[in-house]
Amino acid sequence: MSEWLSPEEWSAVTLSLKVATTAMVGSVVPGIAVAMLLARGRFWGRHLLDAVVHLPLILPPVAVGYVLLLTFGRRGPVGAFLAEHFGIVFSFRWTGAALACAIMGFPLLVRAIRLSIEAVDRKLERAGETLGAHPIFVFLLVTLPLILPGILAGMVLSFAKAMGEFGATITFVSNIPGETQTLPSAIYTFTQVPGGESGALRLTLVSVLLSLAALWGSEWLARRVRRRLSVG
Amino acid sequence: MANVSIRNIRKSFGSVAIIKGVDVDIDDGEFVILVGPSGCGKSTLLRMIAGLEDITDGEIRIGPRVVNDVPPKDRDIAMVFQNYALYPHMTVADNMAFSLKLKGTPQAEKTKRVQDAAASLGLLPLLDRYPRQLSGGQRQRVAMGRAIVRDPQVFLFDEPLSNLDAKLRVQMRAEIKELHQRLKTTTVYVTHDQIEAMTMADKIVVMHDGIVEQIGAPLELYDRPANRFVAGFIGSPAMNFLDGVLTDGGLRLPSGAVLSLDGQPALPAGSKATYGVRPEHLQIVPAGTPGAIPAEVAVVEPTGSDTTVIAKAEGGNLTIVVRDRVALRPGEAVALQPVARQVHLFDERGQRVAGL
Repeated sequence: MSEWLSPEEWSAVTLSLKVATTAMVGSVVPGIAVAMLLARGRFWGRHLLDAVVHLPLILPPVAVGYVLLLTFGRRGPVGAFLAEHFGIVFSFRWTGAALACAIMGFPLLVRAIRLSIEAVDRKLERAGETLGAHPIFVFLLVTLPLILPGILAGMVLSFAKAMGEFGATITFVSNIPGETQTLPSAIYTFTQVPGGESGALRLTLVSVLLSLAALWGSEWLARRVRRRLSVG
Repeated sequence: MANVSIRNIRKSFGSVAIIKGVDVDIDDGEFVILVGPSGCGKSTLLRMIAGLEDITDGEIRIGPRVVNDVPPKDRDIAMVFQNYALYPHMTVADNMAFSLKLKGTPQAEKTKRVQDAAASLGLLPLLDRYPRQLSGGQRQRVAMGRAIVRDPQVFLFDEPLSNLDAKLRVQMRAEIKELHQRLKTTTVYVTHDQIEAMTMADKIVVMHDGIVEQIGAPLELYDRPANRFVAGFIGSPAMNFLDGVLTDGGLRLPSGAVLSLDGQPALPAGSKATYGVRPEHLQIVPAGTPGAIPAEVAVVEPTGSDTTVIAKAEGGNLTIVVRDRVALRPGEAVALQPVARQVHLFDERGQRVAGL
């Protein structure tokens, strides 16, 4: 494959995989927490939180990237704080691409998990309480295994979204080969230069293959888990 | 084991009162059944004992301890739910060991206790299966096993047999009763099925519309129902009721026929009253027998062991159960003679009238 793809193309593919994996893994725990809050929480501002979480789904991705640049950029309030105290820099780094992808995929992740939480039979959790389980153990031993299919589905959606994310990424971290040039950015770059068609085509093919593999993999996993969880 | 004391318990959802002041004392080791039609508040009361529902007012004690503000996990109870609430992602053994796992019980003891409970419920060959691989009756047993393994102070059952077919229900009824006789753990059991209540309970609490109508031993409720509701609810087929006016020594029906009463009712002559007689306390006698209620046979239902006859009389249909096989045809004229000693009388408000 390394002969079929040029070193630049290859680096775009591996970078995209790294960015998408980081985005997916990093957003799982916050995704479960927010989904729990939205599905079960009864607090003031729940609708506001719901709207904020879903915002990246409806906003132009470029706008999301710009907001990220304003807040997480070197001079942005959060970005400056993180850089100063923890040495974490997002702007024009692959980590920034991962952050942009995580935020763009977050609504999809939360939605999938939330639906599976809402489908959990509350009696199973109540039974846990009557059997002596602290609510934390009820969550870990009962709720979490039951919503696993939803979590997996959400993770795949988040990964797929990250693999295809373009607008927010390019706005926030630009298009630096080897650092922030992900698959979509590379394809875009190829289409902008004369004679780049074959490179664009090759990378498009790679995207299709990666997406299909992720989809099949998740289907297979979800089927296995669902079979284990079915009651009847 | 422990006694359970329920004192003036109230429950409201917003402005709607579901339970309107209930007092029940459950002795240590007793099998108590809360029974009533749907919406009477029996399941809500059970969930309040479990701690799954807040208490609006009143006090619940398990043993000497007031548990109003104790979370379910610390109440030392085990509950069996109507749909079993088994964990689909755990094997039968893991489901049963759930409470022990939480307590951090050593593996050897855990295995032994699960094995013991499984053996007593006939579940040994199923320990490695998942709930989806079990039949309804087996799932029911696993749910009971999970409760037994916890070895709680109190067992709570919420309509555990409602999802089973009739035959299995009869079998599981006997198994639960036998289990209680063996373990002698205080048990509170909710059902809407009065047969379950009659056959299993040491003590029945009949609930209706958020209040307790009567508490007593099964046959006590059957023989001396405190009011018309209990009289009509306990017993199958249900008791027959005839409205009339008291005269000296009898009850006059609107048609003018007078039904005789055995004893002196504590209600003045001329009062409106309801005459209650159970289907097995009505005898079918030839038409025209004096003092009997004239009726016409409507339906004959032979069940094999006995026969249920529904007859049209003035004031409504009457149900009669006879042990013998009867050669009656629909449309035939008969007369129905109540066994005077077995008659119940209720006043206008539906309360039992003393003196019979």
